[in-house]
Amino acid sequence: MENDKLKIGPKEFSSRLFTGTGKFASNDLIPKMLAASGSEMITVALRRIDFTAATENMLEYIPKNVTLLPNTSGARTAEEAVRIARIAREVGCGDFIKIEVITDMKYLMPDNFETLRVTEILAKEGFVVLPYMLPDLPTAKKLEDAGAAAVMPLGSPIGSNRGIKTKELIEIMIENCTVPVVVDAGLGKPSHAAAAMEMGADAVLVNTAIATAHDPAMMGKAFAMATRAGRYAYRAKMATVGKTASASSPLTGFLR
Amino acid sequence: MEITVNGKKEDVQQCSILEFIRQKGLKPEVVVVEYNLNIIKRENWAETRIAENDNLEILSFVGGG
Amino acid sequence: MSFYDEIKNYNANDIDTYLSNVTNADIEESLSKRKIKPSDFLNLLSEPAGEYLEQMAQKAQQLTVQNFGHTINLFIPLYISDYCTNECIYCGFNKTNKIHRQKLTLEEIEKEGKAIAQTGMRHLLLLTGEARDVTPIDYIESAVNILKPHFASISIEMFPMDTDEYRRLKLAGVDGLTLFQEAYDKAVYKKVHLSGKKADYHYRIEAPDRGAAAGFRMISVGALFGLAEVRKEAFFTGIHAKYIADTYLDTEISFSMPRINPAEGGYIPDYPISDKTFVQCMMAYRLFLPRAGITISTREKAEFRNNLIGIGATKLSAGVKTDVGGYARRETNATPQFEISDHRSVDEMAEAIRARGYQPVYKDWQMEMFG
Repeated sequence: MENDKLKIGPKEFSSRLFTGTGKFASNDLIPKMLAASGSEMITVALRRIDFTAATENMLEYIPKNVTLLPNTSGARTAEEAVRIARIAREVGCGDFIKIEVITDMKYLMPDNFETLRVTEILAKEGFVVLPYMLPDLPTAKKLEDAGAAAVMPLGSPIGSNRGIKTKELIEIMIENCTVPVVVDAGLGKPSHAAAAMEMGADAVLVNTAIATAHDPAMMGKAFAMATRAGRYAYRAKMATVGKTASASSPLTGFLR
Repeated sequence: MEITVNGKKEDVQQCSILEFIRQKGLKPEVVVVEYNLNIIKRENWAETRIAENDNLEILSFVGGG
Repeated sequence: MSFYDEIKNYNANDIDTYLSNVTNADIEESLSKRKIKPSDFLNLLSEPAGEYLEQMAQKAQQLTVQNFGHTINLFIPLYISDYCTNECIYCGFNKTNKIHRQKLTLEEIEKEGKAIAQTGMRHLLLLTGEARDVTPIDYIESAVNILKPHFASISIEMFPMDTDEYRRLKLAGVDGLTLFQEAYDKAVYKKVHLSGKKADYHYRIEAPDRGAAAGFRMISVGALFGLAEVRKEAFFTGIHAKYIADTYLDTEISFSMPRINPAEGGYIPDYPISDKTFVQCMMAYRLFLPRAGITISTREKAEFRNNLIGIGATKLSAGVKTDVGGYARRETNATPQFEISDHRSVDEMAEAIRARGYQPVYKDWQMEMFG
């Protein structure tokens, strides 16, 4: 398994767990999570600055050996996404870009049509484009043709922690895509990540489930281990499933 | 003179982008500047003078998935 | 088609009958579902579901963290006029209250805005009474233009308007609409809104539709708890929120949970609601619409609000003055719209949020490009 590197664009990754910087209770949890998980690529977002508040530089929390994957979140059109991508590259974030164009605020579904338009433009400009998409094979093939370096189908809606509800559609993509398939969004627990890897996904991207865990560093490590376990199982052509239950502590004690 | 900063009109003195960023109390290393739809590299902030009706977008990196 | 048409599908008597027949098995089944239907929502609002509060809270906490992270958004209200032509028997601005009325000049509004911005608050909720002659749309539009440079987001909580008027305010920079139906129960609505434009139930209940059609990004609905039978009121509020969320996909929906406090005029609510039932309604909202925001105002006590942080609240106000001109002025002779129970400053509120392991968020949205 030592030679089992994942190649995306010009870079090789030993860890197949990609992570995100959103929803952490505080930024200094991020380097701890990265150290514990061994994740080698992490997403960041760009926003207009608030002049009246102290601004932290998110990038300071990310060690230099971790590849930055700026996303185009906030973009509702291809043009906005292109603009964000160019800014991110210009300021030294590297060539990697996660395309995220969302026009539906209820389910936060990526807009495949706009995403394809952005990919066409940015791949020509030399970006390493990772489009976040609804798992749809025809679109994935068009994205490949347009020069995408990987495709990132969603497992279930962003932040929903529901696991891989789009299993069959992603399996079809895994069977037919020539670029790496990274399952992004909806992976709520390490077993979901393991399941994605057992199916043959090339990597997973996990943010909410790690960031909102009581101990994000430990959860990052748990996801890393599960991702690797799933990868081993895939290569060994074996897989298993399980069931979980949850414990509780009183939240309504203040009413009594 | 009047310029637009992050979509809002502002009255400013003659200055460079770098001076403007400092006046705003921002650390230059934490922000990203888009100037009239072009990105201006940090090395060039000192020599780029802000002119009437210019459009500045000042951005920073935040958490995102 | 509007929510006015939608709500006709529900008969209050049928709901009463349904509520009185809810069994523990029904509640347990609803609690075990991942996605719940209106009938499940009613099960969770029923009286016997009060025994399942802890389980509801566990699930609500998990759903809230999952959808919002460990964060609480902060906002602050700004009252710019207390002139009012309505006669709402529970409200301090009631036209029959002999109070000293005020309307801020644009200069005073700017002063208030600056004073608020000093506290670090970036999301503003702008309020007036209903007096179109005194505070016409032009005036509100000018107020928004003056306040815009100081805030990242401005929402309005005012009298219901026409779609075109909402569009004008949206163009001026308003991006959220808060509008409480107060009472979904028509008979109660009529009883507590004696005169003025507000007596028009139909016009008011369609206002969130008009706001969403005009393009406001956020719509907040609510029933004023205490006016009418709370379980049904909470049910209709939930149905209203779901209807708006389903019909206008580009709109973010949230719940407000105002509960009557004594305002000047000493209104005693006909249907007082206990803390326990209040929390039950909140849990039911969260389980019914996991992605909807939930706002808890300073009408509630500090300690109670602290406890709601972990289990479903997503937006809190702080450093609040509900009297006109209250931020910039030291002394005031203005009458508040309602009495505040939580007097904490913005900094104190932020500290309380951090103490519970959550991050206070002053700004999660910018009116224009780049969200």
